[in-house]
Amino acid sequence: MESALHHLSIYQAHKLLKEGQTTSVELTEAVLRQIEKVEGLVKAYITITPELALKQARLSDEKILRHRKAGESFSPLLGIPISIKDIICTEGIRTTCASRILENFIPPYDATVVKKLKEAGAVIVGKTNLDEFAMGSSTENSAFFPTRNPWDLERVPGGSSGGSAAAVAAGECLGSLGTDTGGSVRQPAAFCGVTGLKPSYGRVSRYGLVAFASSLDQIGPITKDVTDAALLLSVIAGHDPKDSTSVDYPVPDYLKALVPEVKGVKVGVPKEYFIEGMEEGVEKAIREAIDCLEELGAEVVEISLPHTKYALPTYYLIAPAEASANLARYDGVKYGLYIPASELWEEYRLTRGNGFGPEVKRRIMLGTYALSAGYYDAYYLKAQKVRTLIKKDFDEAFEKVDVIVAPTSPTVAFKLGEKVEDPLKMYLSDVFTIPVNLAGICAISIPCGFSEGLPVGLQVMGPAFGEEKILRVAYAYEQATQWHLKRPPL
Amino acid sequence: MAITREEVEHIAELAKLYLTEEEKEKMQRQLSAILDYFAMLQEIDTSLIPPTATVLPLRNVMREDTPAPSFDRDKILANAPQKVEGYVKVKVVLE
Repeated sequence: MESALHHLSIYQAHKLLKEGQTTSVELTEAVLRQIEKVEGLVKAYITITPELALKQARLSDEKILRHRKAGESFSPLLGIPISIKDIICTEGIRTTCASRILENFIPPYDATVVKKLKEAGAVIVGKTNLDEFAMGSSTENSAFFPTRNPWDLERVPGGSSGGSAAAVAAGECLGSLGTDTGGSVRQPAAFCGVTGLKPSYGRVSRYGLVAFASSLDQIGPITKDVTDAALLLSVIAGHDPKDSTSVDYPVPDYLKALVPEVKGVKVGVPKEYFIEGMEEGVEKAIREAIDCLEELGAEVVEISLPHTKYALPTYYLIAPAEASANLARYDGVKYGLYIPASELWEEYRLTRGNGFGPEVKRRIMLGTYALSAGYYDAYYLKAQKVRTLIKKDFDEAFEKVDVIVAPTSPTVAFKLGEKVEDPLKMYLSDVFTIPVNLAGICAISIPCGFSEGLPVGLQVMGPAFGEEKILRVAYAYEQATQWHLKRPPL
Repeated sequence: MAITREEVEHIAELAKLYLTEEEKEKMQRQLSAILDYFAMLQEIDTSLIPPTATVLPLRNVMREDTPAPSFDRDKILANAPQKVEGYVKVKVVLE
């Protein structure tokens, strides 16, 4: 099974392409066959584009042949079948945000990350499922259908990038792009036993990413291992004149950061991340991972991030407030669902009331409330001030340590339907990922074991624009273990 | 902090969001529980703390104002539910 083409990592597939041992068409066909075989169970995709993918694959093979004849190296993404979360715009391919309100929206342009992937020669297989507008932690908030965890079909894949994480774990693509506003790349990666990286705020252009919470959103790779995460990040990172919040810092070759060596690296373990309510099996796997890093020569120190418990309420005020403003654009006028009525305001109310699902409505309500007259200071402004304190916690910690390690989630994947009726309970599954977004720093989740047969994720957090540090620690751990090679029994 | 039915209706009107009677009832219950939990933020003294709106040190990013081709009109309008003569059509706002 390990040698099956659809289970290869991007880097492994690239090596085979380079040596002429396989072709992009073979890779793409293998992935499409796997989709045909398991998609009925997993339901990772909203839209699959087989004809387009095979066309791109044939073009890639022509390019690869030319490069090989000329003895040239070529982009590690050339000819590689990948998927994209359905909240990132793809020209001519329906982009729904898993919402009825955008069910038939066809973007007239590519997001900058999609443009970059295409320029690197990636083959796009389809658009993956998500919680509507990326609001959720289980992919159950998709207006179309829930995605299932390839490790246990009765359980959720996490969210909001649950389709991407499930597709990567199930071999339905070689890698994927997700988005992370409060943990939406890392938590599903942890639940599905794959790797997910949230870049620092400003590292990757958000142009063409449908906005949820603009001060928090980032696009990040979901892959089978750390090497592939580094490789995809190298392609999508960088300044974009079309996104004024993308920062003009040089983009390093992140593959060069992959040194399996952590001697003398200072690793902080925040005591606030080992709380009551954390699953025993999760804590055990994380403690063992920390021991492993210590055995590899890292210097492990306990640290404190004192405002951790305030991150959740802070996030669930700021993100909905920003969302309520961003989602004001869906009014049935320029695009999307339109429900006619006798006057304009009624058209707005009906279009929005019918087009948005329950969680999106809840967040619009919460955000509008937090921004409304009389409550602005007590909620929204208060949350922005506490955000300053949360960021300060990390700034001070990174004066003492190089990276911080913690669980990605306090639990393994939960059962479908388990938390749907209790939004607060659902929000609590993001408790360890949210602080990273509020502080604008970077973090990666990598597989670090199993608890009752389900994958556990280790989170490695680094300072803003410190992606090389987290990649190095994650890579060293990965090379010392075998967890990333486990595949679900589908 | 409990949120009243009237507040739910007021917020829904601000957000231009149609809610059924059942949705209003559920929203009142769920928002009250969420806001109750959020009350913990009031424990922290933030009187001397400045707010963070963005983590980046960037302010007012400017670029050269150079002409460039814009999107194709038909392609943009293709997504509009109602259009007339190359324009998006909307109901009258002011009589």
